Amino acid sequence: MGKLGRMQASPDRLSRRGFLMTAVGAGVMFGFPAARAAEQFPTAGLPGDGAFEPTIWCAIAPDGAISVNIIRAEMGQHIGTALARIIADEMDADWTRVKINYVDSDPKWGLMVTGGSWSVWMTWDVFRQAGAAARVALTEAGAHLLGVRPDQCTTRDGAVVAGAKNITYGDIVSRGRPTRSFTPDEMAKLPLKPATERRLVGNGALKALDIPAKTDGTAIYGIDAKVEGMVYARPKMPPTRYGAKIRSVDDSAARTVKGYLRHIEIDDPSGTVQGWVVAIATSYTAAIRAADLLKVEWTPGETAHVSEKEVLDHGRAQIGRQDGGVYVFNDDGVDAAFTAAASTIEREYTCASVMHYQLEPTNALAFEKDGIFEIHAGNQWQSLILPTLAKALGRPEDRIVLRTYLLGGGFGRRLNGDYMIPAALASQALGGKPVKLILTRSDDMQFDSFRSPSVQRVRVAFDKAQAITAMDYQAAAGWPTQVMAAAFMSKGVDGKPYDQFAIAGGDHWYDVGAFRVRALSNDLANRTFRPGWLRSVSPGWTSWGVESVWDEIAHLHGKDAVQFRLDHLTGKGRNAGQAPDSVGGARRQAAVVRRAAEKAGWGQPLPKDTGLGIATTFGQERGMPTWIACCALVHVDRATGIVHCRKLTIVVDAGTIVDPDGARAQTEGAALWGLSMALFEGSEIVNGLPRDRNLDTYTPLRIADVPEMDIEFIASTEKPTGLGEPGTTPIAPAIGNAIFNAVGVRMRHLPVRPADVLRALTRHDDAEST
Amino acid sequence: MTSFRLNGHEVSVDVPDDTPLLWVIRDEIGLTGTKFGCGIGMCGACTVHVGGRATRSCITPVSAIQGADITTIEGLDPAGAHPVQEAWKDLQVPQCGYCQSGQIMQAASLLKDYPAPTDEDIDAVMAGSLCRCMTYIRIRDAIKKAASAMRGEPSNG
Repeated sequence: MGKLGRMQASPDRLSRRGFLMTAVGAGVMFGFPAARAAEQFPTAGLPGDGAFEPTIWCAIAPDGAISVNIIRAEMGQHIGTALARIIADEMDADWTRVKINYVDSDPKWGLMVTGGSWSVWMTWDVFRQAGAAARVALTEAGAHLLGVRPDQCTTRDGAVVAGAKNITYGDIVSRGRPTRSFTPDEMAKLPLKPATERRLVGNGALKALDIPAKTDGTAIYGIDAKVEGMVYARPKMPPTRYGAKIRSVDDSAARTVKGYLRHIEIDDPSGTVQGWVVAIATSYTAAIRAADLLKVEWTPGETAHVSEKEVLDHGRAQIGRQDGGVYVFNDDGVDAAFTAAASTIEREYTCASVMHYQLEPTNALAFEKDGIFEIHAGNQWQSLILPTLAKALGRPEDRIVLRTYLLGGGFGRRLNGDYMIPAALASQALGGKPVKLILTRSDDMQFDSFRSPSVQRVRVAFDKAQAITAMDYQAAAGWPTQVMAAAFMSKGVDGKPYDQFAIAGGDHWYDVGAFRVRALSNDLANRTFRPGWLRSVSPGWTSWGVESVWDEIAHLHGKDAVQFRLDHLTGKGRNAGQAPDSVGGARRQAAVVRRAAEKAGWGQPLPKDTGLGIATTFGQERGMPTWIACCALVHVDRATGIVHCRKLTIVVDAGTIVDPDGARAQTEGAALWGLSMALFEGSEIVNGLPRDRNLDTYTPLRIADVPEMDIEFIASTEKPTGLGEPGTTPIAPAIGNAIFNAVGVRMRHLPVRPADVLRALTRHDDAEST
Repeated sequence: MTSFRLNGHEVSVDVPDDTPLLWVIRDEIGLTGTKFGCGIGMCGACTVHVGGRATRSCITPVSAIQGADITTIEGLDPAGAHPVQEAWKDLQVPQCGYCQSGQIMQAASLLKDYPAPTDEDIDAVMAGSLCRCMTYIRIRDAIKKAASAMRGEPSNG
């Protein structure tokens, strides 16, 4: 919020300023001065005049204030605080003087993306080098002012110190006017602090800088953005995500709504939205009513009758065929091992569609000003949507700027900035007039790029001694990266591109002999909806197959499920790991398994119908593993099929923990997402669209469903990896494995609903009695 | 024309009677701390106090609050230092923060009814407030901490 907006919103300031009578806008006759002026993101982080910028990443002002440029979106991870402390620690800044500047889109920032649990991992080296550059430059300038040599100086808490003399960074900037800059080569050679000298990284006493504004109503999200003269828009949603064609629009009923201005048929050259009509009005409530009353006839797209089952069946058929797909691993000898096997098993695991339901519905404010199209919205991947906006608007990228706001939830939904396109096109149709497009919840869920339903098939070959000789893991799902960011895809061993975010997790770190991992793009899913990246992406569902089958094998062969995992997490061959990102390899995964089992009391007797289940993953991707294990304690009610999760014991090795409280918060939230997707939420494609449109039928976990949680981080000075998502990944299989240990039934579909458990119990009882 | 008191100030708005209070607060009056989440009263992000009671503003028609006293997150405490807000900051509750105005307003209302809430009280009253970041553990702890502070008990840290 701009200063003006903040003053207007705060009652005590209001009374001090006097109580203005205004009649701005349609409704306010007496009372608050309507905050119609621009409410934009805080600019408090800007350095001001005379600041020293040793790199593009931070500036030191003459008064000593340090502003750190953050290119990542703030969506609950307190990312600014985590990243700022990396740079501030390395430069020995006074933390109380550090401010965060969330930047707008600009090519100089490079890849602007906030996802993949990458932010800390991607920024760690860059910000340490940038901090070192600031420290070196300030030390040189400070030494000069103190009349000593730089090698006689140290730095501490925002000052250069030489014996009894010292000078603050602010004074160095104001008196010395340093101008030193660094080439990338020089940056890479700068000395970095050893872990033992860090004072901000890993400091659990520091508070997140974004939190106070999130407790008093002053935090400004995309939906709060306002500019003078803006009108509101709400879409009338077409019957299919793609291919719907407008046949006619009748707005005679909409015209009875006070404040309704007109409707616009969106013609989108980028093809992002198809068949959209938006209602334009002077208020959002009028836009809501008018859109309800617009009568639009469409010819629907070809997917108007596609169901969840058809999408899953299509994936099954793809797996069953020899052609197609991409091999992530395809070791020699897989087929020979199955031919020679003494025994084999084959299992199928499926997962339902999952909705984002980020609490702030998607929205964007768009207008043209001085030849630049401005888009004001919360977004996670500015670099991805900018070229699409350019195509939609028919103008070069450098005539478009994305303004940054807080996100009322990201969870991957806002990696896909498709919601900006209709706002921009509506504004363009009105000659660049400001248009604020907000989707109601039902619009938002219908338009969601939700997590694709998925099919996993796992085959395992054993020799006579029951040793695993080969594993053949295959998965078919919609591929978000293929649909939205094809250039970002990885290459398989056969050189073909594949969506790493729709298979990662299947390529696990267990020793299994000859290993095949085949990824299949479910083209029916891709045609029916826009598959999305959803918190923890594929490791949020591949873990369901990998960690369930691992448990099934252990039980089949009468082995302890923890020891069986440890026996196969040896860190040999491709599982040895590589410095710095995956140093230690599978042995670090074994360590978290061992510790979680120990903490949870693995092997101890439990009451009737109660079970402890274990699962482990490497987080998001082999190239950046976050080693994690979870023991879930559940009770199953045999009468109702209700699974009650009583406790989650989670152990994480994410290397160096930069922000201990933030790391814990992310793991708490991610793990509860995992629990929610295991037991409480899941949708279904009906007639080409997601069935659920609001909380009346979509039922994410609530406060009463929260189990006891015990979370531990392994002490480490290795390179930090990610924490936004990994906590999600082991939960569902840990629950499924615990259900088996509690009542002896194996669940192979997510979410696990009470009715499914009851059915499985009935079958199980029948089998026992025959 | 509907008149009511908002955060202690008299206001009158000329909007259709069935306009939800949420949009009157956000768009007519311009206080944006109160959030739009589900629009059907099931997420709690829009929670304000009407006559001191937690109320879902997204399903409350403005005509229903004629003459009422409304408090939003901006008016809960002039310095943003209500014991619930202090506990929220101490325990670092918010993540994305979008639901937290509603959570805080609901919690402040809860503590008027239950000065020493049990887990069951908290579950029952807070069940209607969805936090998609799943900050529930900290919400529970912060409510207890705020309760303790409001009863004048020394903090356990």
